[in-house]
Amino acid sequence: MALLDIKNLSVHFGTEARPIIAVEHLDLQIDAGEVVGIVGESGSGKSVTSLALMGLIDAPGRVSAESFSFDGRNLLTLPKRERRAMLGRDIAMIFQDPMTSLNPCFTVGDHLIETLAVHEGGSRKALRNRALELLTQVEIPDPARRMAAYPHQLSGGMSQRVMIALAIACNPRLLIADEPTTALDVTVQAQVLELLLRLQRERGMALMLITHDLGVVAETAHRVVVMYAGQVMETGKVPSIFTQPRHPYTEALLSALPENNIGRERLQTIPGVVPGAYDRPQGCLLAPRCQYAQESCRTTRPTLASPDAGSQVRCFFPLHTSGPKE
Amino acid sequence: MISFFLRRLGVLIPTFLGITLLVFALIHMIPGDPVEAMSGERGMDSARHAQLMTEFGLNRPLPVQYVDYVFKAAKGDLGRSIVTQESVMREFLDRFPATFELSLCAITFALTIGIPAGIIAAFKRNSVVDYGVMGVSLAGYSMPIFWWALLLILFFSVQLGWTPVSGRIAVEYDPEVVTGLMLIDSLLSGEPGAFRSAASHLILPTIALGTIPLATLARMTRSAMLEVLGEDYVRAARARGLSPLRVLTRHALRNALIPVLTVIGLQVGTLLAGAILTETIFSWPGIGKWMVEAIHRRDYPVVQGGILLSATIVIAVNLIVDMLYGVVNPRIRHQR
Repeated sequence: MALLDIKNLSVHFGTEARPIIAVEHLDLQIDAGEVVGIVGESGSGKSVTSLALMGLIDAPGRVSAESFSFDGRNLLTLPKRERRAMLGRDIAMIFQDPMTSLNPCFTVGDHLIETLAVHEGGSRKALRNRALELLTQVEIPDPARRMAAYPHQLSGGMSQRVMIALAIACNPRLLIADEPTTALDVTVQAQVLELLLRLQRERGMALMLITHDLGVVAETAHRVVVMYAGQVMETGKVPSIFTQPRHPYTEALLSALPENNIGRERLQTIPGVVPGAYDRPQGCLLAPRCQYAQESCRTTRPTLASPDAGSQVRCFFPLHTSGPKE
Repeated sequence: MISFFLRRLGVLIPTFLGITLLVFALIHMIPGDPVEAMSGERGMDSARHAQLMTEFGLNRPLPVQYVDYVFKAAKGDLGRSIVTQESVMREFLDRFPATFELSLCAITFALTIGIPAGIIAAFKRNSVVDYGVMGVSLAGYSMPIFWWALLLILFFSVQLGWTPVSGRIAVEYDPEVVTGLMLIDSLLSGEPGAFRSAASHLILPTIALGTIPLATLARMTRSAMLEVLGEDYVRAARARGLSPLRVLTRHALRNALIPVLTVIGLQVGTLLAGAILTETIFSWPGIGKWMVEAIHRRDYPVVQGGILLSATIVIAVNLIVDMLYGVVNPRIRHQR
């Protein structure tokens, strides 16, 4: 059984009468120890999905799902207190901007000790030692001195390492990393990513890596989920999803990568923008931007189909399939 | 931290000099000259006028007079009251404890109700509680203080007879002045009922004086909290499974307090400089009432000295607030 099992998740904002759809009919399974990359343009619902998973969607946001379970426990019916106890202990998350994710009034040590104390408890001295150990694990030099540092005294990369230390403090089985390297210097990005993957391997935790960097996903993930306008468009294993994308959107994303444009004068782009809250197409959400779109695409929404085990695609006319559809 | 303190202290010197200049100029802006103003409507013969001008040193060049004034003020010599012939400093020190006591009660009242109310309003934003708190605080803020004080007296003192109308303590008690704070002196006197009397005299002035600071603090706390609750680190703290209470009181409040502290400082400064309306209405023998009376009597040395001392208090309070910033906000502490 999957560690995380989400079926038909929807997240709406706005009023009941005029909902703004952030995530719609999303299915997502993550197995223990698996690295899943979630990719998509800005506004595709990647971050909202992860926040829903953490129970951090505040009113007026509404979360509903057919099934929303972690390790066999239904997150939607779990009492608030128990759900909260899982956060940081079983599921942890790191955010896009590490510089603003640490409380400016507290030291690195305060942050770590507080988190450890809330979830595990123990003497002040034991907690301090655990915190030091965590800082060592995330490769922060001179951890004893860093314990007393305030967030404004840390660089972006250092802050993200502290955030990672906080996230892995209680040995979570799932770590959600929401664009963990986007706000960092290019030179630091690779180091932080390397660190995340090493910790993932050593601890056997599942990693949900949200990014819009397909290159990162190609190097790290076992499986990829491609999202668009709040829906899953395609899921598939690495590397087959890169060599044989089934969904036109995935193909378009790949063809926009610089390394796939060598020799061209301009990068290939996807024309148009992600549909806004109130102009969602009636048919396939991608239809207005899809070069393969047919008449039926504009009138009916495709459902998520499973052409073979381990992959799903939401398209009437999937690419690279040997079936009669092509 | 020490260099931060010294830097702030350094900024104070020009500020203080500026105030002395203003206060000094005040006495020379009076139509005619101070001696003429002193003599009032009956006038004075020119020989006596010239004699007094020399006596007060008013016929010396202005810069000389100013330097003389600053040096004397620095030593605590602010001249004598024209009416009572008492030293201005002495009169001020006699009255300041009354103002201090009232201000302390008023700000405590404002803090203990205003800040929690602001926090609750922010936490339950757009709820009935939020609208209630904000509505009441807007009313409190807009209420003219003299009218509000009179309403309080009419209702609690006249209608219900619960509290006395004015003064600091009932006439039958006369505790020895030890600290100047009536609550403490009445306790020290050991007379039964004295403390009760002193406390009951404080209730209405405290409410009247504390209402505006309370309303300001409640609104300020709410908006500061709302801003902080939207910060990334609050979301990150929630994502670590911390309880809403802990996130609110430890992570959000600490940061929200920084702007609130500014407001508290400004309010305390204003309160300590004397609450003219409240003290006058409740016959509270403090700085505010003293200053108003001095203005009525054209007692210029008292007005001059009173303004200088009040301004000094405001500056001192602001210095303390600046220090507290450093304590609350590590980013300020580590500024180079």
